[in-house]
Amino acid sequence: MTEAASAAPGRRLWDGLQARALPVLTVLLAIVAIWYLGAIWMNGQWVRDQAARADTVLTTAEFIRQTLALDRPVLPAPHQVAAGLWEGIAGQRITSRRSLVWHGWVTLSATLAGFGIGTLAGILLAVGIVHNRAMDQSVMPWAVASQTVPILAIAPMVIVVFASAGITGLLPKAIIAAWLSFFPVLVGMVKGLRTPDAMQLDLMRSWSASRAQQFWRLRLPSSMPYLFASLKVAIAAALVGTIVGELPAGATAGLGARLLSGSYYGQTVQIWSALFAAAALAAALVMLIGAIETLVLKRMGLAR
Amino acid sequence: MIEAKGVGLTFQTADGPVDALKDVDLTVGRGDFVSFIGPSGCGKTTFLRAVAALESPTAGTLRVNGMTPDAARKARAYGYVFQAPGLYPWRTIAGNISLPLEIMGFGKADRAARIARVLELVDLAGFGGKFPWQLSGGMQQRASIARALAFDADILLMDEPFGALDEIVRDRLNEALLELWKKTGKTIGFVTHSIPEAVYLSTKIVVMSPRPGRITRIIDSPLPPDRPLEIRETPEFIALAHEVREGLREGHGHD
Repeated sequence: MTEAASAAPGRRLWDGLQARALPVLTVLLAIVAIWYLGAIWMNGQWVRDQAARADTVLTTAEFIRQTLALDRPVLPAPHQVAAGLWEGIAGQRITSRRSLVWHGWVTLSATLAGFGIGTLAGILLAVGIVHNRAMDQSVMPWAVASQTVPILAIAPMVIVVFASAGITGLLPKAIIAAWLSFFPVLVGMVKGLRTPDAMQLDLMRSWSASRAQQFWRLRLPSSMPYLFASLKVAIAAALVGTIVGELPAGATAGLGARLLSGSYYGQTVQIWSALFAAAALAAALVMLIGAIETLVLKRMGLAR
Repeated sequence: MIEAKGVGLTFQTADGPVDALKDVDLTVGRGDFVSFIGPSGCGKTTFLRAVAALESPTAGTLRVNGMTPDAARKARAYGYVFQAPGLYPWRTIAGNISLPLEIMGFGKADRAARIARVLELVDLAGFGGKFPWQLSGGMQQRASIARALAFDADILLMDEPFGALDEIVRDRLNEALLELWKKTGKTIGFVTHSIPEAVYLSTKIVVMSPRPGRITRIIDSPLPPDRPLEIRETPEFIALAHEVREGLREGHGHD
């Protein structure tokens, strides 16, 4: 203890970094190792069958090399996925139909649009629930019910209904994204708008504040920590919703379509690449909201 | 200023009706400093809240400045100070004092002048730009008093404003409050359960007792308006404190 405390600041920073990075790296290494083992095991059958058909006997090293280099592996190895990702991101013109950046943008734009609609709807419903007795007692069961319906069942219907009205592309996907993302915002904001305690509400009453003044000056600012917590859930849900909206037949653009076409043609590397692109996108979006949250709450003096 | 005749307030609870206040008669004159003292459940806070129109009496009549409490509130007759400062963390001290002024529709220049004046009054000049977390508990409570003073209400209602502070800070704030009261001539209603605090501050001490909440004694203080902290060692002060203690014991007769 005393040694660490007396160490130079640079040294301490390095120790801190090590202390934080080490567990993460250990877990990552373990996952990669298990993944490689899994790839060898799952692709082994195919390699053995091929060898038997060609009447050759493989050395262990040759066997492993082949399981990790198949064109259409059951489970592609990490380095294959990494190569696929690199090829999809850097190896294409950005406007190419094979570019993951282009597909990612298609998905991202619908996600952001859906997230915007969902957030707005969630906040408006929460405001209604907090201020109106009838809404307080009637809206929540419907909101909960809307989330229990499998999104996989709803998504194709939304796409078909909109398509029959001549609307395709971003909007129907955004609606599905909004369907998933409004709920966490609704729940978070109902809680958030109700955080001011009796004393703070009494104080407002003692100044004869109107309900609008009470809302803008007390309830809304108080709800900010809750809003940001639910926005993080909501944006991830919006991404899932968008990808699900891209799955129904006919979609040709977006990470969801990339997943689907990959599975049509047995392009497992393509599926996994799209999957990782989607995961990275989700992580980036959540981190972005986290950064905005830190900034806003710090400015408001509400940061923990 | 405040006139109560036969005021009663009954809460309907799951265990049946509870008499929070019963037959309360009290007259508070302009410039009085009235303390309400009694054990918890005696209705002292409830009475203050009724004056502020935060509760409605179920019996009797209550007049504030000759109006119903509701009308008096709309006429900005009083400022209310709670036990906790209740300052908004996202507003500066000046911003917090500005809040009721914004709600009541004061103009920008007027607001700035009022904020400067009340900050001076509670000895917080120069702290307007600070955020609440940068101030000590005592300073935060002073800021909340400044907020209650900013819109020039004649009456200041204080519900155990120093209850959460330590003894030393409390002494200093009591002294400052007395100073403020003399300077502004406000009428002050002050809820406390500290006998020395009540005796030190008040021109009139209202002793209350629970079940049902009622007034058992009203004591007019013979102490002079100029009260250094040392007055608490004088025989007059000790005799008055004794009388208050007697009053409290009386109300507890059947406990």
